[in-house]
Amino acid sequence: MVRIHSGPPLPRPALPRQIPKTKYQIPKKRAMTANKIYKTCVEAVADIPDGATIMVGGFGSYGGLPINLIVALAGQAVKNLTVIANMGGVGFELTKRIKPEGYQDLGILFERGQVKKLIASVPALGGMPPTSPFEKLFNEGKVEVEIVPQGTLAERIRCGAGGIGGFYTPVGLGTVVERGKEKKVINGKEYILELPLNADFALVKAHKADILGNLVYRRTARCFNPVMAMAAKITIAEVDELVPIGGLDPEVIVTPHVYVKRIVEVPR
Amino acid sequence: MKARLDEQTIALRAAREFTDGAVVNLGYGLPCLCADFVPGGKTVFFQSENGILGYGGLATDAEKDYEMINAADQPVTPAPGMCFFDSALSFDMIRGGHIDIVVLGAYQVSDKGDLANWGRPGRPATGMGGGMDLAAGAGRVIVTMLHTTREGGPRIVKDLTFPLTARRCVSLIVTDLAVIEVTVAGLVLKEVAPGWTFREIQDLTEARLKLAADLKEIEL
Repeated sequence: MVRIHSGPPLPRPALPRQIPKTKYQIPKKRAMTANKIYKTCVEAVADIPDGATIMVGGFGSYGGLPINLIVALAGQAVKNLTVIANMGGVGFELTKRIKPEGYQDLGILFERGQVKKLIASVPALGGMPPTSPFEKLFNEGKVEVEIVPQGTLAERIRCGAGGIGGFYTPVGLGTVVERGKEKKVINGKEYILELPLNADFALVKAHKADILGNLVYRRTARCFNPVMAMAAKITIAEVDELVPIGGLDPEVIVTPHVYVKRIVEVPR
Repeated sequence: MKARLDEQTIALRAAREFTDGAVVNLGYGLPCLCADFVPGGKTVFFQSENGILGYGGLATDAEKDYEMINAADQPVTPAPGMCFFDSALSFDMIRGGHIDIVVLGAYQVSDKGDLANWGRPGRPATGMGGGMDLAAGAGRVIVTMLHTTREGGPRIVKDLTFPLTARRCVSLIVTDLAVIEVTVAGLVLKEVAPGWTFREIQDLTEARLKLAADLKEIEL
């Protein structure tokens, strides 16, 4: 008679344990790590194709923007990009109000007409008159926009990064943001379904990288960079300083190296 | 014409609402000025949605570091105990109810406490930034704004005509003329700028105001 066991797995008879000769297996040759180091920003962005979706880290017009990668991309012939960023940039002319000599920001991609669509929480600032390169193009009907509340933008990117199919948020209820979206009542509260965002490339700015690609950030230059670094097929990091393996305290690494495919050192 | 309060004084009055130990987020524009008016003897932790909690005040030219900014792109100073985090965590903090007070600017506020502060008609390409998240998630929303438009029209209205940020979120409105509390029974005029009367304020307000039993002048 066959006895059918439906409970927890039966205990197995104890086997004599084999004692290994050494505690850890040490390979004879050190495994080669992929070389992620690029000499220039231009080389690092050279294969971004027409029509690619790119995430660009940072927050506003400076402080965390991977500006050298952005300028390198603006020098390429690539066009029809979909750009996911917190802000559309104000453009060189307007930055002169902050620094007399002016500086570049994401606005340069719109000045060069390389963007087909922008997904952002602040595509343009509300000041008058409307002068940002993005808003000029938008008013001419030459670029599309999707406006996303900032926290929803960060969370959609995190969803994309983590393989999550979407999330329910109360942010945007009753506003233009809820248009066309599924709504659901959970525990008596109303929510909107928001869907994940991913990209082909992410351009991020970090303070230091080791040559494996582990990243640490500096002060508020962290912002959107870590979450975007995790959500793209190819993440390209512009860093102030490159250090050897072991040169970063493992307790403070923010972005683990598996997320980073390319690194360019641009000293501050 | 009687004097209206200047922006510094509006910020000073709003900052009197800060409670000791509160986590406070300051919106773009006028609300940022509140950082300079924390009431004496109170400790406030300023959070900014770009990923910082516990910064000091606004930085001088000599101190400024463009990797140390608030959400309005203004350089701020470090303070002991401050911390940095990324945007996703920052908005977890905001939506999750860990911000006690947020001070926001506004184009319009309705008598139900609906807020419009991000877009104006004819400007479809501007964005709300973190405004919707903050209005939906913060414990208490204080609005600082001018009482009327540049043309003299009302900003405190029955129904919004500007794009909505969040419904029924505003607790207190501080303007250059008055301090108004949003209650379930409607708007209550609590304080007036020196020399102004209830009737004069009501004439510049589209929504109906109730008179607080203890109406007083704003202390400067």
